[in-house]
Amino acid sequence: MISSKEIIKGISEIPPLGGEGAYIDLYKEHHESIKKHSAGVLNESRDASFALFEELRFPTVALENYKYSDLKAPFAIDYGLNINRISIPVNPYEVFKCDVPGIHSYLYFVVNDAFYPVNEPRNSKLPDGVIIGSLNEIATSHPGVLKDYFGKLSTLKKDGLVAFNGAFAQDGFFMYVPKNVVMDKPVQLVNIMRSDVDLMANSHNLIILEEGASAQLLVCDHTVDEVHFLSNRVTEVFVGENAKYEHYKLENTHVKTTNLSTLLIDQRASSTVLGNVITLHNGITRNTIEIDLDGENCETLLCGMVIADKNQQVDNFTSIIHNKPNCNSRELFKYVLDDMAKGGFTGKLYVAKDAQKTSAFQTNRNILLNKTAKMRTKPQLEIYADDVKCSHGATVGQLDETAKFYMQSRGISEAEARLLLMFAFTNDVIEHIGIIALQDRIKMLVEKRLRGELSKCEGCVICQ
Amino acid sequence: MLEIKNLHANINGKEILKGLNLVVRPGEIHAIMGPNGAGKSTLASVLTGNQAFEVTHGEVTFYGKNLLELNPEDRSREGIFLSFQYPVEIPGVSMVNFMRAAVNEHRKYKNLEPISATDFLRMMREKKELVEMDNKLANRSVNEGFSGGEKKRNEIFQMAMLDPRLSILDETDSGLDIDALRIVANGVNKLKRPDNASIVITHYQRLLDYIIPDFVHVLYDGRIVKSGGKELALDLEIRGYDWIKQEVDSK
Repeated sequence: MISSKEIIKGISEIPPLGGEGAYIDLYKEHHESIKKHSAGVLNESRDASFALFEELRFPTVALENYKYSDLKAPFAIDYGLNINRISIPVNPYEVFKCDVPGIHSYLYFVVNDAFYPVNEPRNSKLPDGVIIGSLNEIATSHPGVLKDYFGKLSTLKKDGLVAFNGAFAQDGFFMYVPKNVVMDKPVQLVNIMRSDVDLMANSHNLIILEEGASAQLLVCDHTVDEVHFLSNRVTEVFVGENAKYEHYKLENTHVKTTNLSTLLIDQRASSTVLGNVITLHNGITRNTIEIDLDGENCETLLCGMVIADKNQQVDNFTSIIHNKPNCNSRELFKYVLDDMAKGGFTGKLYVAKDAQKTSAFQTNRNILLNKTAKMRTKPQLEIYADDVKCSHGATVGQLDETAKFYMQSRGISEAEARLLLMFAFTNDVIEHIGIIALQDRIKMLVEKRLRGELSKCEGCVICQ
Repeated sequence: MLEIKNLHANINGKEILKGLNLVVRPGEIHAIMGPNGAGKSTLASVLTGNQAFEVTHGEVTFYGKNLLELNPEDRSREGIFLSFQYPVEIPGVSMVNFMRAAVNEHRKYKNLEPISATDFLRMMREKKELVEMDNKLANRSVNEGFSGGEKKRNEIFQMAMLDPRLSILDETDSGLDIDALRIVANGVNKLKRPDNASIVITHYQRLLDYIIPDFVHVLYDGRIVKSGGKELALDLEIRGYDWIKQEVDSK
């Protein structure tokens, strides 16, 4: 096996970086090499994305949409980038054994920013017509499958992180579920960060559900080594008419990880989307989630939960756009923050002029366990239709002292009472998970996390 | 078992208990009656360790232990139980998990192993029958969406589960119709043994038709001003509290 040091030397053909200027120089110098290692479809908008990044740069707290995400510190670190696609000496299928009882998933890995070649026998039994694999490979072998979709939601989005991803991403996870095909098992994508030196990974995922298709995707973010990681991932999801899609994101990384994720979903008429983003342990996390309702009678439920302590920082920026009438959307986000943790939530809701009979509800509830933890929350409703039902509610509070005393009066210790109350607080988010085995597993992990037993990353939470 | 000597307690700087004395022995049922604002519920809160109240003077011993030094959970584990006047709703915590946690904490305090799943379920079933509690309630969150009567039944159910040495029933009859009252009182009576005791705090004599007290005390202005047998309660029912107030205030 090649040592990781050699791999990094490979990466280090590129001089160490610092600040966005270095990334701009890097692109100018090496864009040919980036393109050479990427399929044509992926290169089509690469230069345009780069030009946009040059203009937008990395987002700062001065921007309204990023005011709860302070990314200055993570972007000051010199990361390596594997633009020459040197393979990483790890076999995730050997390192991670999935033993969640009842979760029989189709299991895939993205190591840093590259899809890991499939050698899992059970993955060969995918339903007819379903294609899952490396975005770069499929863009090479079947460009027709993805050319109508790739970049349609992300390209030219006025967001520095998405533009940066558009310039640098060379691979990612691809899933295509044809018309009326129902995936019989959940699909699990484990993003693993693996390196001996500080590393940045940009990957682009593309998920296409045709009319009437149905799929559940569970994305786990996981770190192996104790170095600084920054991942900047963009996921585009196309949910066709009458299709049903569930997206779960479970983050359990270490404090030196910066996890930047943009999830862009396009929903067509009568489709259903359930999203649930859970941050159990992390360093700095920014989730941008944008769901476009582009047909009538769409159903959308977006949930999230954050448990953070120490200096952890989590910002969920959500945006649900009702373009068409008769759609229902609901949002439920809950945070438990301790120590110096910082949480941010934005619930942007846009209802277009003609999107009558829209029903949209948003709830963000937060518990601060001490005076140093901070939560900033902002509903942002822009409603241009006049026949709609919309509501929002945000609360920041402490644990219920009366309930705690009631429990103590039954002999339950204060610590245990606090734990039960925190657990109860997060419970309704967990109950919105459509995979029962995953619900059970997450309940267990949340309990471990609240007990402080999950203080460092100890193997993929799903696969350990 | 319980000895209260010259107990003074404040809430927000206001003195509510002003030198209360009471002795409770195993096998006894004490009723504490009195007008609104006399300090009845304050007594219950102080005995169970509610932090909102500050004890400024006096002592309370329970089987020789200084009760005031114990935290609320240890008081419970020592065998003191409070049936709340207003039971608290705890959304998201199921009755089953709540009770299992409580029972196991009590067992741990006695150096016993956690209860097995089968024994626990059997225990739940038996005790539920005692207060004719609906099976469905046990699967719900603690008190969430329970009616007034269901909440009070749930208190007595918890009392049965934890088998206290001293139970304090704070206005357990308030908000109960006559059938619920009978069920709750029956539960309490079935749990009565020579080695345990109860303090029944009530406004009205009505509950004492079902739970027959050995002693009746009148609490007024932070002190017990009159004690007697069960006939004192009947007397109060007929004559009200004014004559006692006058008696005390004229002194």
